Amino acid sequence: MASPAAVTQPRKKALSERLRGGDMVAYLLTIFFATLILLVTVYIVYELWMYSLPTLKKFGFSFIGGQIWDPNPDKNVYGALPFIYGTLVTSIVALLISVPLGVGAAIYLSELAEQKLSNILTFLVELLAAVPSVIYGLLAIFTLVPLMRDYIGPFLEKFLGWTPFFQSPIYGTGYLTAGLVLAVMTFPFIISVSREALMAVPREQREAALALGATQWESTYQIVLPYAKLGIIGSVFLGLARALGETMAVTMVIGNDTHIHASLLNQGYTIAALVANEFNEAGDVQGPALVELCLVLFVMTMLINAGARLMITLTTSKGSARA
Amino acid sequence: MTFRNKRRTAVNNVMLSLTGVFAFLTVTILILILGYLVYNGVTSLNVAFFTKLPVGPGQAGGGIANAIIGSVLVVAVASLFGLPIGFLSGVYLAEFGAGTKFAYVVRYTADLLNGVPSIVIGIFAWTVVVKPMHHYSAFAGSIALSLMLIPITARSTEQFLLEVPRAMREGALALGASKWKAIATVIVPAARKGILTGMILGVARISGESAPLLFTALGNQYWCRGLMDQTSTLPVMIYKLATSPYDDWHQQAWAAGLILLGLVLIANITARVVLTRGASVPKG
Repeated sequence: MASPAAVTQPRKKALSERLRGGDMVAYLLTIFFATLILLVTVYIVYELWMYSLPTLKKFGFSFIGGQIWDPNPDKNVYGALPFIYGTLVTSIVALLISVPLGVGAAIYLSELAEQKLSNILTFLVELLAAVPSVIYGLLAIFTLVPLMRDYIGPFLEKFLGWTPFFQSPIYGTGYLTAGLVLAVMTFPFIISVSREALMAVPREQREAALALGATQWESTYQIVLPYAKLGIIGSVFLGLARALGETMAVTMVIGNDTHIHASLLNQGYTIAALVANEFNEAGDVQGPALVELCLVLFVMTMLINAGARLMITLTTSKGSARA
Repeated sequence: MTFRNKRRTAVNNVMLSLTGVFAFLTVTILILILGYLVYNGVTSLNVAFFTKLPVGPGQAGGGIANAIIGSVLVVAVASLFGLPIGFLSGVYLAEFGAGTKFAYVVRYTADLLNGVPSIVIGIFAWTVVVKPMHHYSAFAGSIALSLMLIPITARSTEQFLLEVPRAMREGALALGASKWKAIATVIVPAARKGILTGMILGVARISGESAPLLFTALGNQYWCRGLMDQTSTLPVMIYKLATSPYDDWHQQAWAAGLILLGLVLIANITARVVLTRGASVPKG
């Protein structure tokens, strides 16, 4: 964009003159705060790094691969693997459920529903995205956990118990329960971002497909979805980043078990949940170990977010009208 | 119709209906959440709930007044920092820095900061505020929440400023206004509804956050005696009540949850419907 500032400053003015004019003051003020955003973000990384240095030095890379977490003063062994595993497993379970649901709903909202209905539903989706995570946790503890324990868990064990993923013991809390809660929480994000990506697909693409005799589903599945692919993958990554870092709802239903279990019905732990539960009472070695876990989580979500933003920008900026 | 075409039509109908079912599922979830909260929470709501301090398990009465006050205090101070900083950064991104490389970097960083898990923000606030001061405080909680509010406000302010028609900017400049005057008297007022919407949504979002407050504002059984005292807040209170083993505390958790969700949804609906019809805010 050509700078309109050039209009007001046809000749180079002296600094004092520009300061009096106010433009320079306003410019410096706004750029100062904008720079602050940059500095704070860098400082967060620096601070996490500095605080976790003791464990970084003590355990090195064995921290990531270690399977034992024992804050007992005479043991003091810290391994991150069970928590990285729990974080990934719960997030993957969540996405396996929320991606088909979310993309399906987005297709309905962008391709099928009338504009008015689509707007109302999108509004409700955005309200759902605004529900605080502790509320999801509260509901999950008292509704989903008993349901999992008494009905869904035993049912899954009966029919899928021959696989390693659905075996007793069944507690009600655990990987699968946390994954389900995360699915409900990531669902609105995937819908609203995918919907935007789908709506950016040019109308001609759909019409050409229909004119060639494709059914509406064929046009959507073979033409529109591939066209919006990057944006949709971006929305999935955005959902994944949220799921990885989600704390309260997961902490309330994950079961707090520091061992790795293959069965999704068993209890586990995620990075965020562990930090939430243990940080306030953490000892001298445990504290830095927890902060190092935060650093791991931070890097994971950063990379995923950066990728997601890039993909979303690439698709939605191509821009076009609604079908 | 040939078999092949029948099959194509069938697939078409099944898949399209399925997408509709998925879309309406979101509405069902929202109604279930609201309905269940109201059903469980409304019986515990009374005047004492809003005016009294919490009592121990098994004792009758008691409320969560200190958590409500604490939340208001923490969120208000967070907004005091977060809104102006976010707003001015947004002005930079949309106006002074428009098109520059630096603005691009700041914009990208703001999005990344927005995506930082809230628990990590909490840890950061602990290391920079709680640790040097040697005690938990409402102030530390406010710092944590303002760090979440800044990128939200910056990006939404930027977005709504960019929607102001170019002709308005040029008109103001053509009349001889300096750039900052054009921004302050023409561009920002033209976008004020949108900017306000973004701010309300941002404040609503941080009001529901509990993870950043766990190691900063901590909690408090009694009234908070000031910004430097630790304080109870609604979200953390709900977490503590819900994960306790006591039935009467669970009841209170439902009621507190109902209040929190009510506040957040009212703010959202007001901002989206009353102020800007159909406006959307940046996701993430």
